[in-house]
Amino acid sequence: MPSDPLKLRQIQSIAFFAILAALTYGSIVITKYDVVQGFTAIPRAFSWATTHFIPDEAAWRRLPRILEKLFETILMAVSSATTASALGLVVALLGATTTRPHPWFSLPARGIASIFRNIDVSAWALILLFSFGQSTYTGFFALFFVTFGFIVRVMVETIDEVGMASVEALRATGANYLTIISQSVIPACLPQLISWVLYMIETNIRSATLVGILTGTGIGFSFDLYYKSMNYSSASLVVLVIVVAVLIIEALSNVIRRAVL
Amino acid sequence: MALLQIEALTKSYGNEARALDQISFSIQAGEFVAIIGPSGAGKSTLLRCINRLVDLTSGDVRFAGVSVPTLRGGALRRQRTQIGMIFQHYNLVNRLSVLENVLHGRLGYKNMVQGVLGLYSETEKREAVRILESLGLGEQIYKRCDQLSGGQKQRVGIARALVQQPKMLLCDEPIASLDPNSAKIIMDTLQQINQKLDITVLVNLHQVDVALAYAQRIIGVNRGRVIFDGPPAELQQEQIQQIYGSESGELIFSLRERYAI
Repeated sequence: MPSDPLKLRQIQSIAFFAILAALTYGSIVITKYDVVQGFTAIPRAFSWATTHFIPDEAAWRRLPRILEKLFETILMAVSSATTASALGLVVALLGATTTRPHPWFSLPARGIASIFRNIDVSAWALILLFSFGQSTYTGFFALFFVTFGFIVRVMVETIDEVGMASVEALRATGANYLTIISQSVIPACLPQLISWVLYMIETNIRSATLVGILTGTGIGFSFDLYYKSMNYSSASLVVLVIVVAVLIIEALSNVIRRAVL
Repeated sequence: MALLQIEALTKSYGNEARALDQISFSIQAGEFVAIIGPSGAGKSTLLRCINRLVDLTSGDVRFAGVSVPTLRGGALRRQRTQIGMIFQHYNLVNRLSVLENVLHGRLGYKNMVQGVLGLYSETEKREAVRILESLGLGEQIYKRCDQLSGGQKQRVGIARALVQQPKMLLCDEPIASLDPNSAKIIMDTLQQINQKLDITVLVNLHQVDVALAYAQRIIGVNRGRVIFDGPPAELQQEQIQQIYGSESGELIFSLRERYAI
């Protein structure tokens, strides 16, 4: 073992890349993956997509119906994000060190949030399918649960970060608990809260497509239907419409963010 | 009768050494008292035991004849309205206006509905503006607090304490984050409040020179014990060394020389 720390570092990085190369080669051998064929397939995939995955005239005639489904999906994403955030804020206030009514509240609040967050939205959709069947409720609650878990987590951190000092000051004036929350914690956290809600709306619109495929609702269902009936041109229009919708909503929320922050 | 009477106040955290150990002193109405001591001596904890932001382990604190340690709920909040508090980091809600932050000082007098909705009377608003003007912040009333300098923020903190119409001000290192110029303005303001409004001032400081220049009485604390309690003229070099530890003796001595001349 050389005593020179620079030399040691060099050996460490060489060893790292050697292990990485060995792992890659091992995986290729085990899965019998043909590297050459894999890469040469990319241009063929593109040429297939450009010939088949292009909206044709028949697809454009279906645009009003697709937009209707898109609207349904966006509404579901927005309503699940906002209602889950409202509930999430309450639970975050109970869980944050600064605002919890009693130290015992913290662990359950954070624990529940962690469970809801760490089960993926597609898993939630499949679980809820048993309870609600193929309906909008399934998608709504799947998005609701994941948003709820996420908002609790980020808001607990935000509240502890920005709220601590002013909470102490308001306690010293003799203000009661709910007054302290409404007059100091909420105003201090509001920009971050709005920003996270907007982020969840964007995320939910993307997830709603996947959830729709699984639960048979909204724009995801349209995509699934066209795709499985090999109506690729209509399926491509659905993808195009989703991309445009997400871009517009991202731009909108950036404008709102700039105004509130 | 003394305005504030502290008897055998002890505070310990878990099984660790006592943060405050058998502290006893009393303060008469109208006094300007400085508590000096090194960082971690327990000065902040001592101040927070007076308005019960921190619960004491044993001993008694009597403020205006009322025993503080046993107070709960509404009675505790009413007690807190009589004591204003000023913090090292100002503890304002930075996103709110100067006026809103000052009005927070009235929240201790509000019932649940008024407090949560932040309903202030015309008289309270006029009083807040009057206090802000008297502190030289007449131009800043509608500015957001994050646009202010450190010295201005601390004056907002003082205004918030004054609208409480307190009998006493607790100041926790009010000038520790300020430049010398702003620090002087803040200390002069506290002195004027003490002399003109006849409000008792208890201020934590770690600068001996400032304490000597402003306080009528100095209480020296080290490791949770009172080492010295008397007028500035009686504070000797040995006692300063006892308060701050022997190593810092020389530096403190030179400061003392300058002020003695």
